[in-house]
Amino acid sequence: MATKETDNQQQRSSQELPVVLVNRLPSFRLPSKPPFEDDLLSHFHLLDPHDSPEPYDSFLSRHASSIRALITVGTTPVTAEFLNLLPCLGLVVGTSAGLDHIDLPACRSRGIAVTNASSAFSEDVADCAVGLLIDVLRRISSADRFVRGRMWPAKKEYPLGFKLRGKRVGIVGLGSIGSEVATRLSAFDCSIAYSSRKKKPSVPFPFYANVGDLASNSDVLILCCALTEETTHIVNKDVMIALGKQGVIINVGRGYLIDEKELVQCLLRGEIGGAGLDVFENEPNVPKELLGLDNVVLSPHRAVMTPESFEALLQLTVANLKAFFSNKPLLSVVSNE
Amino acid sequence: MNNTCVLVTCPMFTYLEQELETRFNLIKLWDHSSSKAEFFNNYSSSIKAVVGNTKVGADAKLIDSLPNLEIVASYSVGLDKIDLDKCKQRGIKVTNTPDVLTDDVADLAIGLALAVLRKVCVCDQFVRSGNWISGDFGLATKFSGKSVGIVGLGRIGSAIAKRAEAFQCPISYHSRSKKPNTNYKYYSNIVDLAANCEILVVACALTEETHHIVNRKVIDALGPKGFLINIARGAHVDEPELVSALLEGRLGGAGLDVFENEPEPPEQLFALDNVVLVPHVGSDTGETSKAMADLVISNLEAHFKGKPLLTPVI
Repeated sequence: MATKETDNQQQRSSQELPVVLVNRLPSFRLPSKPPFEDDLLSHFHLLDPHDSPEPYDSFLSRHASSIRALITVGTTPVTAEFLNLLPCLGLVVGTSAGLDHIDLPACRSRGIAVTNASSAFSEDVADCAVGLLIDVLRRISSADRFVRGRMWPAKKEYPLGFKLRGKRVGIVGLGSIGSEVATRLSAFDCSIAYSSRKKKPSVPFPFYANVGDLASNSDVLILCCALTEETTHIVNKDVMIALGKQGVIINVGRGYLIDEKELVQCLLRGEIGGAGLDVFENEPNVPKELLGLDNVVLSPHRAVMTPESFEALLQLTVANLKAFFSNKPLLSVVSNE
Repeated sequence: MNNTCVLVTCPMFTYLEQELETRFNLIKLWDHSSSKAEFFNNYSSSIKAVVGNTKVGADAKLIDSLPNLEIVASYSVGLDKIDLDKCKQRGIKVTNTPDVLTDDVADLAIGLALAVLRKVCVCDQFVRSGNWISGDFGLATKFSGKSVGIVGLGRIGSAIAKRAEAFQCPISYHSRSKKPNTNYKYYSNIVDLAANCEILVVACALTEETHHIVNRKVIDALGPKGFLINIARGAHVDEPELVSALLEGRLGGAGLDVFENEPEPPEQLFALDNVVLVPHVGSDTGETSKAMADLVISNLEAHFKGKPLLTPVI
């Protein structure tokens, strides 16, 4: 991307451009996709400590007074200690669907606005959730292995799957992702119910304040909520037993939403019927007991990984930054609820 | 009725066979495969009904050998394995199992599309094989918003369209004639449909006209960024052309429930990451299999009691 010429051009004009810090773990990178990357670079002067030969701490303290906004890449943490190094910070732009890596109370107490990226990803994550659900019920991955393993001529038949129509789907967390899941599964004639921190008055689906009650009244649980202290292990043994032996759990949220050890035991004992999992407690490690199960579909935290998602993400990032620096309302600010 | 001889052509579904056995004198064609001549001598004039499916139906040869055949009740919605002309000539009634399997087949079509575009099966294998420890998987392709072209807008095609619409997919279709009461864009030519959509779904009946309806021209029109989903019949697609297009990268990917020569799909596909292959399971859920079986039984009972058939074809 960079040539000596563009570097010089950047240096000349970057004096006038608003400064934005790129906060990333060394192994992470901002997804790059022209023309949006160009849009980002033409409107903002990006500072990336990892791209500089200068030691990280010294780079940061040298620029601290000019940093009013930062982009945090993927799940790179934004801790209270880190925020203390940036006294002029007014905006944290998240680029992940989740926010559990950002110290939201610390941001709130400093008056720092936080934007999230879930609206850029919500369709892709919802597609992933539905894809995993149909795969688990209709055994698609398992059947694909059966065919490729040349077992069809010998065995002639493949075990029956389960019908999706009419299944009672309980969505945990009816934010942008949960709503997209609800829209999709309604078209398959599933009945939808949900649980979230508060009842949503404009939503036509039945609300359950308690996830256990939701599970008792559902055949499928789809986890789409944020990971917080309250939601850690929100799907525990009791919830899984309530869901029942034919129950299916789909997790596109965070691994820690489920008590993973219990999940494994419930699956091995047949206490629940199956699971589709995009996230795990200790990625990239997956409990080895799951690797041999046919009623489980596993995904390596890929729910957002399409080029279209990244385009949408960069657009949203640029839009939020432009709004911030021109004192206009932010597009995807995280509310204080 | 218990003495009425009903021939079932091949193993289909244990529940169906059990239910038939309690009501009729059930004869299993595969029990007699070593002594066909003897079988036909002993039974052929007493057989009044045939229960067939997509593997073994009722062709002219079988119908001709059963002089007192009154009804063919197919454990399927597809009729391509039944010689309908012969049945019409002989005044033999035919029933199938429409509607009860529409949802499952439509669900599988969408499931296959999601599996191919989002690489669900490949990702699952990536995790199972331990590869995630060494590095991340790459990108997949977004499904929502992709244009979907449906070949055949009957019950199943319409159900697929309804589901795809919830993903904001623009819908277009090709069929023998334009359908009234739909807002979907119609193409009278399947090549034009393929050229104007990203995901082509085959959902029509197999007839002489639709044999190999998805040929080289259609595959080329769909192109390297296009995907083919087939939940209809293997013979709808020119399979050798499909295989070479996939091997050469001229087609983006395929999700296939049916093949020209089941149960032996083309092995060259087994190494490809952009295909999903399932063994003709479109209606294979416990609920639907039972509903289909109940419909076969109800049609047979209605016939032998002189009552109207529930789902007659002719």
